Amino acid sequence: MSHSDHHIERNSLAAKVEKEVEVKAQKCYQCGKCSAGCPVAEDMDFPPSMVLRMLQTEIPANDEKILKSHSIWLCVTCEMCLTRCPMEIDIPSMMDYLRQKSRSESKENPKAKNIIAFHKSFLSSIKHTGRLYELGLILDYKRQSLNMTQDMSLGPKMLSRGKLHIFPEKIKDMAHMARIFKKTSK
Amino acid sequence: MKIGIYPGCSLEGSARDYNQSVFALAKAFDIEPVQIPDWNCCGATAAHNLNKELSLALPARILALAEKHGLDEIVVPCAACYSRLMVTQHELKIHPELKNRICEVIEMDYKGTSKVINVIEWIDKYIIPKLEEKVKKPFNYKVACYYGCLLVRPNKVLNYDRVEDPQTMDVVMNKIGATSLDFAFKTECCGAGLSISRTDIVSKLSGKIIEDAEHRGADAIIVACPMCHSNLDMRRADINKYWKTEFKIPVIFVTQAIGLAIGLTPEEVGFKRHFVEVKIS
Repeated sequence: MSHSDHHIERNSLAAKVEKEVEVKAQKCYQCGKCSAGCPVAEDMDFPPSMVLRMLQTEIPANDEKILKSHSIWLCVTCEMCLTRCPMEIDIPSMMDYLRQKSRSESKENPKAKNIIAFHKSFLSSIKHTGRLYELGLILDYKRQSLNMTQDMSLGPKMLSRGKLHIFPEKIKDMAHMARIFKKTSK
Repeated sequence: MKIGIYPGCSLEGSARDYNQSVFALAKAFDIEPVQIPDWNCCGATAAHNLNKELSLALPARILALAEKHGLDEIVVPCAACYSRLMVTQHELKIHPELKNRICEVIEMDYKGTSKVINVIEWIDKYIIPKLEEKVKKPFNYKVACYYGCLLVRPNKVLNYDRVEDPQTMDVVMNKIGATSLDFAFKTECCGAGLSISRTDIVSKLSGKIIEDAEHRGADAIIVACPMCHSNLDMRRADINKYWKTEFKIPVIFVTQAIGLAIGLTPEEVGFKRHFVEVKIS
């Protein structure tokens, strides 16, 4: 049995990452360049190289910590880690997978509540208009995050500069957009 | 000449200034940008964070519409949209099964034949050759060219410019008379999509970029991405509050700078829409 077969048969998070997004955490030799270049590493509970190390252990408790981590939601997908990784490990794709896995297992870190609320408001806006309706996005986000006072001064300034539409601009084929959302909803 | 354009949502809203300068520049160089009919949002960060299939289907619909309407070349001024379209083309090219699935989702043919170019490539190809004869007022300022993340990364997919110390925008700026400065934060992240949900992180990261540009004596930061612009310009009050600073350096789109150099007015290139006052004219 080859090394990779060995991992695919196992049920670890590392094996799932390998199968679903073709990213091999085992390739990481802990040089730490990803964490050194990561703009949000200092705000994370586990910097990217640590997430890779935890995956390598294939210990269920570590897998659980990753899916419940704040890190996976703070990652801004700036792609710096992948650019600098000597093993070309696609950490950003891995992070996308981990976020979706975390959500499908309802393990989202409570500290990431606002980040996730924003993403959901964003997608909801596209679902209903086909294009991003920025005013609608901000209002829906405020409703979801209960963060009513934030950015109160920004809206009027944007309006006076013609940077905010009062009404959404809908695409013509909204039925098409609805079908795309329906077919891709899990 | 005609060229396809995918403006993306920001250019229709918070980056109206960018949009205005792109179209003004196109007009001055006899280029007619044709919008992809009935284009939709590319899905941006939200889609690839929450739903991989959707994050490919949304750009695939845009690209399929471009193909359907015979637009073989599409300029994408927003670096974030550019990255999503390029990544989708790449993913669907190397994974035929995924491509079939996405075609099923969008109920359209998709071949991947429309060429996607970013704003600097568009300038290089269509503006630069005629630029010299058009420059009326050299842009005689010291500038820090800020590329951000998605104009150059993921570099294996975009295959565009040097990834750590890109030069293309510097070359363009020098051609209109500017002096581009060495700048350590050329490709550091501004905080991107965390602008509303984690303004504190955006203020921290964007402040570091601005600080370095000011420290090196730049008169302006030059950008080619509406996300970078909104974080460095619209978020300036938050940045100054976070760092207890009074950064006043303006943030200018590369298309606005070229516009000024060929004689367009500050109003025509959209400076009045900025949050940080632009005293350059």
